[in-house]
Amino acid sequence: MKHLIHLKVNGDDYELAVAPHRTLNEVLREDLALTGTKFGCGTGDCGACTVIMNGRNVSSCLTLAVEANGQDIMTIEGLAPSGQELHPIQEAFVTYGAIQCGFCTPGMIMSAKVLLDKNPNPDEPDIRAGLSGNLCRCTGYNKIVEAIEKAAHQMNQD
Amino acid sequence: MPLPKFKYLAPKTWEEACAMLAQYKGKVRVMAGGTDLLIKMSLGAAAPEYVIGLKNIPGLDYIKYDQTKGLTLGPLALLADVADHPMIKEKYDAVAHAASVTATVQVRNMGTVAGNICNAAPSADNIPALMALDAEVTLARLGGKRTVKLDDFFQGPGKTVMEPEELLEKITVPAPLPGSGTAYLKISPRSKVDIAAVGVGAHLVMAGDVCQMARIVLGAVAPVPMRARKAESLLTGQQLTTDLINQTAAQAADEARPITDVRTTAEYRKTMVYVLTRRAINACAQKALPPCAK
Repeated sequence: MKHLIHLKVNGDDYELAVAPHRTLNEVLREDLALTGTKFGCGTGDCGACTVIMNGRNVSSCLTLAVEANGQDIMTIEGLAPSGQELHPIQEAFVTYGAIQCGFCTPGMIMSAKVLLDKNPNPDEPDIRAGLSGNLCRCTGYNKIVEAIEKAAHQMNQD
Repeated sequence: MPLPKFKYLAPKTWEEACAMLAQYKGKVRVMAGGTDLLIKMSLGAAAPEYVIGLKNIPGLDYIKYDQTKGLTLGPLALLADVADHPMIKEKYDAVAHAASVTATVQVRNMGTVAGNICNAAPSADNIPALMALDAEVTLARLGGKRTVKLDDFFQGPGKTVMEPEELLEKITVPAPLPGSGTAYLKISPRSKVDIAAVGVGAHLVMAGDVCQMARIVLGAVAPVPMRARKAESLLTGQQLTTDLINQTAAQAADEARPITDVRTTAEYRKTMVYVLTRRAINACAQKALPPCAK
């Protein structure tokens, strides 16, 4: 039996009928065509599927869509809604070479956003701890950490 | 891998959840955060016909403290909230620390302490800390409930004394006694996110430099999280000396019954039980000192 759910994604309201076994990741990517959120390991280890739900970064691959009913969700697409100007974290990732193949990037940026929302002045260990649930198999961690440091600095000046 | 199909049940009250569990007994799994259950289902290790989601019942994520009753965690108390809670950090720091080193940021934002207990992995981070503090769980069923000490809760990997029609209603941890210190230490191949290769929880009550009470719990070195009871008895009533601490740690290593698996060898695990037990006792003793003596 399908369940009628209501999602707020990037500020937009959606009414959807979803089967219970479908994950938030599947619904975002397949039903809403928000393919910025990736599907990686499917076991909550890699962080590629990270979205922000009610201010917390969560694995969309381990969230049932029915259990996201009524929740406020932000995906990578919601960070730069105009499609023109990038969010300062995105800007810093581009500027400081923190993107290699790019597969981990949306998840990294969503975790970075939660980190900076909670702690606008993180030191390096704070950043590494905040990103510890996001794996980059190109192993470009130093540049990612640097980009987040720079983004924090920029956001504090703005 | 995609999840297999199942029917999702969304009780609005605790009583309704108990009734559903009784009705669909044997064909149903209860889901708290889902971070263990959904993985098992996608791997084919669990194939329930029904899943009961507890999230539609308001208020189950509570964290309460009372001077006489101690700490109470609701069945949906999140790992992230337990890890960050100022009162838990102050009075039950091993509990907060264990939650803070469980899995990843994202899993801690979804997973619950109760789920970590019910999943009953021998390596579960939260269990040695809670067991060292003599925690108990309340199990509810339609028309009744019982309490079980964590000491008596686990029967094997993934196996507990919970009956199919029972729900974990709450976790209770006694109020800390004066002079008590607690610690949870873990070692895993990767620094943060990995499953514990060895975990040690300890709780000492000190009067000056004499240990009045000791509980030492070893994780990931036996089919269930286990008390190192002979090691505990070496400390009880004794003055803490470096020699005694070393002897106790060696006894704990002797009591551990580890296996060799993908994470590490049995031999390494025994050695690490020695090292972590020694460190945990020292950490407890340090924390147990009154502030003026530090």
